[in-house]
Amino acid sequence: MNLQITPQRTLAETAIIDAFGERLSALPGDGAVMVKRDNAIEAVKAGLPTKRVESWHYTDLRRLLTSVPPHDETANAKAVAPLIEGSTVLSVLNGVASEKPAAIDGVTVQPLAEKLADGSFAPALETYGSDDAIGALNIAFVGDGFFVDIAEGSELEAPLELQNVQAGGQTHVRLPVRVGNGAKATIVERQTGSGAALASSVSQLLLGDDAEILWIIVQDQPETATHFAQFKAELGKNSKLTLFIMNAGGKLVRQEVVVDAKGEGADFKLRGVNLLAGDSHTDVTMVLDHSVPHTTSTEVIRNVVTGRAKGVFQGRINVAQYAQKTDAKMACNTLLLSDDGEFSTKPELEIFADDVQCGHGATVTEIDHNHLFYLMARGIDEKTARGLLVKAFLAEVIEELEDEPTVEALEALLDGWFATHG
Amino acid sequence: MLEIKNLHARIVEDGTEIIRGLNLTVKAGEVAAIMGPNGSGKSTLSYILAGREDYEVTEGDILYNGESILEMDPAERAAAGIFLAFQYPMEIPGVATMEFLKVAMNAQRKARDEEPLKIPELLKRVKEAAGSLNMDMAMLKRPLNVGFSGGEKKRAEILQMKLLEPKLCVLDETDSGLDIDALKIVADGVNALRSPDRAIVVITHYQRLLEYIVPDSVHVLYRGQVIKSGDKSLAVELEENGYAGIIEEAA
Ligand SMILES: Nc1ncnc2c1ncn2[C@@H]1O[C@H](COP(=O)(O)OP(=O)(O)OP(=O)(O)O)[C@@H](O)[C@H]1O
Ligand SMILES: [Mg+2]
Repeated sequence: MNLQITPQRTLAETAIIDAFGERLSALPGDGAVMVKRDNAIEAVKAGLPTKRVESWHYTDLRRLLTSVPPHDETANAKAVAPLIEGSTVLSVLNGVASEKPAAIDGVTVQPLAEKLADGSFAPALETYGSDDAIGALNIAFVGDGFFVDIAEGSELEAPLELQNVQAGGQTHVRLPVRVGNGAKATIVERQTGSGAALASSVSQLLLGDDAEILWIIVQDQPETATHFAQFKAELGKNSKLTLFIMNAGGKLVRQEVVVDAKGEGADFKLRGVNLLAGDSHTDVTMVLDHSVPHTTSTEVIRNVVTGRAKGVFQGRINVAQYAQKTDAKMACNTLLLSDDGEFSTKPELEIFADDVQCGHGATVTEIDHNHLFYLMARGIDEKTARGLLVKAFLAEVIEELEDEPTVEALEALLDGWFATHG
Repeated sequence: MLEIKNLHARIVEDGTEIIRGLNLTVKAGEVAAIMGPNGSGKSTLSYILAGREDYEVTEGDILYNGESILEMDPAERAAAGIFLAFQYPMEIPGVATMEFLKVAMNAQRKARDEEPLKIPELLKRVKEAAGSLNMDMAMLKRPLNVGFSGGEKKRAEILQMKLLEPKLCVLDETDSGLDIDALKIVADGVNALRSPDRAIVVITHYQRLLEYIVPDSVHVLYRGQVIKSGDKSLAVELEENGYAGIIEEAA
């Protein structure tokens, strides 16, 4: 909150504030949760961030969020087939956790509404800074989600898919996952739907020592949806987290990644594929803290931009003063398929330690005409040839996942996207 | 099968004319050799046949089976049976060779209203063709031409040609960079494709290749024109005396 005079509210700000008044009595939570909600809505009342707020410079939320739909009780979202066959699916449909699936070995699942109602989740409802507009919006309205606890030492055979499916209106969901020491799992976070919703979703991962998680976020909202997402993680000693994000939809999308490598030996990999089309605006913003010595991270982001789409990647890496031997590398490469597409990259390295290796690079390219000619000279029509080259551009990040069904599923999504937008 | 009539073409980017009134006719069943000094326009001609957009035809025509191909894009020309084995095959990172072969073969089949090949049949064909060229299947798992040696790239071009079964094959210096054994293997591959309904245009600097792939006609290209045509003895004469005499004669 600040003391400056609040400027006239936008339609969107007014709609959010009004919705809070209407929804409050229906939202779960004890006194502690309600205090958090009240504080959070105050932040919204102070105004949505504009481009003058550094972390929102490329995504002027106040200007870009032009309308906010009302909550829609009648919206009827349906679970979708899992990304990877054989996954255990937990779906949140239109903001409400559906029934739990049959028991999974080593996993405890609880609907988040219960933990809001009894107040046990209140301490976890925290924003990470005064510019955390998504966190604030979500805290104010969060209604449900799943609280997942993976027991120490358990290795999940099947991937666990957390689905968040909207069918219009507003949905505000949280997906906290606690992973015990030494546990291993693949977790898929599906952000999808069919309506012109305003969706906010916050994932919170607590990774125990020596735990290993592959977390795959697939966002393919319709081109009318506004999608605000946050992925927050804390990494224990010698733990490994690979976060793969595919954005392939939405009208206004912001995906924040907030990771704290707070255990020595922790390793974080971020791999991102942004497929941007139409008039969409997609922003991936990462803040990564290397808080202790001997932690490593690499971030590789590949973007394909067509139409008049705009994309943003902000990658901020903070290396604390005593976090010696940090090794961090960041790359962001964009393939522009149209003249009107745009991608802005902003790497930021804040390094207070002296014995570290940090680097970053960004490129923007177009399809290589010589390559295109070669493929076409073998009888491959232009669209297919371009598709092959787009896939080639992304292949490295996708194939790095190695697991064949996962790679195939992501490539199928890519093919589908390219068939409509390429 | 191929008739090039008074062809003039220039580089789109800077307007430089490279092909300056070129005439050439190649009949079905014929093997024609094109020779000529460096920079005379041999590769440019091959690119124009394949439809590369960096060049613009300003005059004349190219007829393939009696019809102009100037309005066709490279993929349409390839599907119609025109194949260019590149002098410098391009490396395409991220595209697996095998996947590329599959897409190319099926794209051409589709353009001819044929059913796509099933994977086992496709593999069988690729294995056979690769075997006949002494190529290791492991190479085909790698990205297209990436890290292939000069000779391996040339072999990969011939492999594609065998699999795609084109009607008009244009080989741009396929012999350069090949050792003697590879040269024989590649020549055998080309000879196996000789047939009454297929024409082959071999661009080369060396008589040696023409001992293995014996041409029906030899054409000398100089400054964007065919300045002399003859039979295989012309190649022998060039090998002995170089281009100077012929260039003077034409001037
Ligand atoms: N895209 C281009 N841009 C600039 N110059 C070009 C281009 N393409 C061809 N040229 C020029 O046109 C001329 C003919 O080139 P081309 O490659 O066709 O010769 P070539 O007969 O194949 O020679 P070589 O025997 O060395 O392969 C050369 O002077 C070359 O530099
Ligand atoms: Mg040449």
